Amino acid sequence: MAENPVLTFTEKGIYCPDGGFFIDPWRPVDHALITHGHSDHARWGHRRYLATHQALPVIRHRLGQIEAAGIAYGERLQIGGVTVSFHPAGHVPGSAQIAVERRGEVWVVSGDYKVEPDGLAEPFSPIRCHAFISECTFGLPVFRWQPQVQVMDDIGRWWAANAAAGKASILGAYSFGKAQRLMAGVAPIGPILTHGAVEEITAILRAQGYALPDTVRAVAGVDAKTHPGALVIAPPSALGSVWARKFGPAEEAFASGWMAVRGIRRRRALGTGFVVSDHADWDGLNTAIRATGCERVFVTHGYTAPFRHWLADQGYDAGIVATEYGDDVDDATAEIAE
Amino acid sequence: MKQFATLFAALDGTTKTSAKLAALTGYFQTAPEPDRVWTIALLSGRRPKRSVTSTELREWAAEAANVPLWLFEESYAMVGDLAETIALILPVAEGVETPSLSAIIAELMQLTGQSAEVRKAAILAYWGRLGPNERLLFNKLITGGFRMGVSQGLMTRALATATGVDEAVLAHRLMGDWSPQTMPFDRLVQEDGSGPASRPYPFALAAPLEEGSEGLGDPGDWRAEWKWDGIRGQLIQRTGAFALWSRGEELITDRFPEFSALADFLPPGTVMDGEVLAWDRAANRPLPFADLQKRIGRKTVPKRLLSEAPAMLLAYDLLEVGGVDWRDRPFAERRERLEAVVAGLPEGMPLRLSPAISFESWDGLAAERQAAREMRAEGVMIKRAASPYHVGRKRGDWWKWKLDPWTVDAVMIYAQAGHGRRANLYTDFTFAVRDGNTLVPFTKAYSGLTDAEFNEITRWVQKNTLERFGPVRRVPPELVFEIGFEGIQESPRHKSGIALRFPRMLRWRRDKPVDEIDTLDGLREMLRVSRG
Repeated sequence: MAENPVLTFTEKGIYCPDGGFFIDPWRPVDHALITHGHSDHARWGHRRYLATHQALPVIRHRLGQIEAAGIAYGERLQIGGVTVSFHPAGHVPGSAQIAVERRGEVWVVSGDYKVEPDGLAEPFSPIRCHAFISECTFGLPVFRWQPQVQVMDDIGRWWAANAAAGKASILGAYSFGKAQRLMAGVAPIGPILTHGAVEEITAILRAQGYALPDTVRAVAGVDAKTHPGALVIAPPSALGSVWARKFGPAEEAFASGWMAVRGIRRRRALGTGFVVSDHADWDGLNTAIRATGCERVFVTHGYTAPFRHWLADQGYDAGIVATEYGDDVDDATAEIAE
Repeated sequence: MKQFATLFAALDGTTKTSAKLAALTGYFQTAPEPDRVWTIALLSGRRPKRSVTSTELREWAAEAANVPLWLFEESYAMVGDLAETIALILPVAEGVETPSLSAIIAELMQLTGQSAEVRKAAILAYWGRLGPNERLLFNKLITGGFRMGVSQGLMTRALATATGVDEAVLAHRLMGDWSPQTMPFDRLVQEDGSGPASRPYPFALAAPLEEGSEGLGDPGDWRAEWKWDGIRGQLIQRTGAFALWSRGEELITDRFPEFSALADFLPPGTVMDGEVLAWDRAANRPLPFADLQKRIGRKTVPKRLLSEAPAMLLAYDLLEVGGVDWRDRPFAERRERLEAVVAGLPEGMPLRLSPAISFESWDGLAAERQAAREMRAEGVMIKRAASPYHVGRKRGDWWKWKLDPWTVDAVMIYAQAGHGRRANLYTDFTFAVRDGNTLVPFTKAYSGLTDAEFNEITRWVQKNTLERFGPVRRVPPELVFEIGFEGIQESPRHKSGIALRFPRMLRWRRDKPVDEIDTLDGLREMLRVSRG
C-alpha cells in the first residue's frame, strides 16, 4: 500500500492524514493546528485548537469560548503517527511555522513569516525540511524592504513634523501585530493614542509580557485638546472616518508593504505611506526557502504563479496550493489584506 | 536633481491642492533657472527627445537586478509603470550627490545616436548612484509621462504666484512650440506679448450638464450648437504662420493638407476654434468617427484617404481678429464676426460654420437634442451668449449636454488586473452577449464601478478563476453588467463583427440572471439604426 504523503491539500485546508489534524483550515474541522492569530489563519468553528502559548491569548480573545491547548516553541508533540513542533515565524507575536515529522521526513508549513527581527515578534528561525509550504504575499522582486530602523526613523520624523505644525499623526496599521510593532519601534516624542480595536490587542500582549510602551485608548474625551501632537494608531478602516476627525487637524498615513507601490498608495488617496510589512520581502522569501534546504516547495498565497515559476527555475520541485489565506476578514474594509 | 526629487516627494506625499501649490511655488522661486524651465516643460507634457528605448531599459534593468526578463515583465504588470518598476527592482543604492535636473537631461539628450554600449554604461552609472526617489524620476525623464498629480492649471497657478505674472497670460505663453533647451526662464514668463507666430490660445472647455437645463435660467441668454464627435482644433492664420493645433497641443497641420487652401483666403491675424471631422459630402454630415480615426495616426496622408475621408473644419468660435485677441468679447459678438469671416470664403472650402441650433425653450432644445444621433453628433453644446472665451474649464458658461448612452446588458467572461492606481485589482473586463447557445465577446470595459465594487469583484475573480493566460483570467459567465457606449460600428477585426465607442460599465446588474442578457442580434440592430 502506498504511504500517505505527510501533508495533503484538501478543500478544508492543509491536512495530515497520519495525524488526523489540519493546519490553519478554513472550514470547521475536528482538530486544528494554528500558526498565528490573524483571522484568515485562525478561524472560528473548529472543535479543538493547538497553538503556541504566546499565540493563544489573542486567538481566545478573537474566537471566544474555544477548546484550545498551548505548546511551547520547539516542544515536540506526538500526534497519531507524526511528531509536530512549532517554531518562530517572526510574523507577529506568538506566530509559528509548524513542522510535521514522520520517520525523519519533515514538512514545514510557514503560515505567514518575516525574516528581519522586529524587536517584538519572536525572531524567525529557519527549519531544515524536505518540503516547505510557503506564503509568497510579496513574491515579486519589486518588493524589497528597507531595514526597519530606517522606516521607524521616517515615521518618527513624520510625527515630529506634524506635531510641530500643530497636527495629530494618524497611522493606519493592522490592529494585531503591525500596530504593536510600530508603537514599540518608533522613538516616542509624545503620547501614543490607540483606537479601541488596537488597544484591546495591545493590552493582551502587554499582559503577556511583550515590551510595549504606554498607550492611551482614544475614548470619548481623549482628543486633540487633551493630547496635542499625538501619534494615533488605528486600523486602516479608521483613516478618513468620522472617528478620525476628533483629532482636529491631522495627517494620515498607512503602514503596509503595499505602500511600496505608488499606484496602490494613490488608490487609497493617501499622500503618505510607510513601507512596513509583517511578511518576507523578495530577498526574505528566497533566503528563507534556501535556509530550509528543502527540495519541494508549495506556495500558498500571494504572487503564486510567477514565484512558483521562479522557484522551478532555481531547481526546486515547486507547486501552487490554492488556499483561502491572505483574505483577512477582520480588515475587510481595508482593501489590501496582508 | 535633489531639489527636483524633493519637489516630487512633496507633491507625491500629499493629496491636498494647497500643499501642492505651496511646494511648486517654493520650487519656482528657488530652483536654478534652467531646472525651472525643464520642470515647466515636463509638467506641461513636454519631454526630452528619447535616447533609450523601453525595450533596452527593460533588458538592462532585468540584467542589473539579476532577474530573468519574464519576471521583470510580471513585476511590471503588477506595478503598472515602467519607470517605477525599474526603480523598485534594482538593488538599493546609496544616493550620492547628483548633477542638476537640466544637466542630467542634457546628458541624456547627448546619448541620442550613441552606440548601445555607451548608452547602457551611462544609464547603469546613473542607476548605481541615484537614491530610490531620484531613480524613479530619472527613469521618468526617459520614459516620459510625468504627471506627478499636478495638472497644468495648478502648475500655471504656482508659476503665477511665484512670478507675479497674470495666470491667464502665463497659460497662453506656455502654449505651443517652445524648446526648454533654448528658452530662458525670464523670456518664458515675461509679459511682453511676443512669441512664436504659431502660438495657440489655451482651449476653453465645457463642463457636463448633469442637472438638466432648467437651472440655466432664461433660454434667451444662451446659444446652442451640436456637440461634434471629432478632434477639437485651433486654426491659426497669422503673418508667417498657418497652423492647426489639437487640444493636446499637438501641431497637426500636416495631417490635414486640405486645410492649406485656407491659408490663401483667411484674413491674416485670424484664430478659430472648431471641430475637425471626416466629412460625408453627399449626405452633408460627418462620417462616423471611425473614418476620422484612420487619419489621426498618420503623419502623411495617402490620396485614397483624402478622397474617402476628406477633412472638414466646423468652426464655432473666433479668438483673434486682425491680430487682436478677442477672447474677452461676448460669445454672441465673436459668433457674429465668425459668421462674417466664414461667409467671406469662396465656395468649396473645407471650412464651414458649425450651425447654431435655434430654440425658444429648454424643452424645445431637449427635443432638438434627440436629433443629435441622426446628425452624427454626441449631443448639444450650450454657451452663454455673454461669456468670454475662458482659459480651460470654468464652470458656468459652457456646458456639454450629451445624449444618454446606448446600453446593453452583458456578462463578464475574462478579467485582467489593472495598472498603476489599480495594480493588483481586477478592473479590466471582457464582456460577452448571447448568440444562440454561445457567448460572443464583443467589448472590454474598465471604468464606471466604485472602488468597493472592484474590490468585491477582485475577490470573486481570485476565487473563481477557471484558466489563466498570462495576466488574463477566464471566469465563469456569472456577473452581469449594464454596458453604456456612445456609438457602434462595424469591425471585421472583432469576432462579434462590431466595435463600440467609449464602452464603460454603468451598473453591476446583480438582479439580472445571465440568461436574460442581450443578444448579438440586438447589437446588430443597434448598428443598423446607427447607420441611419
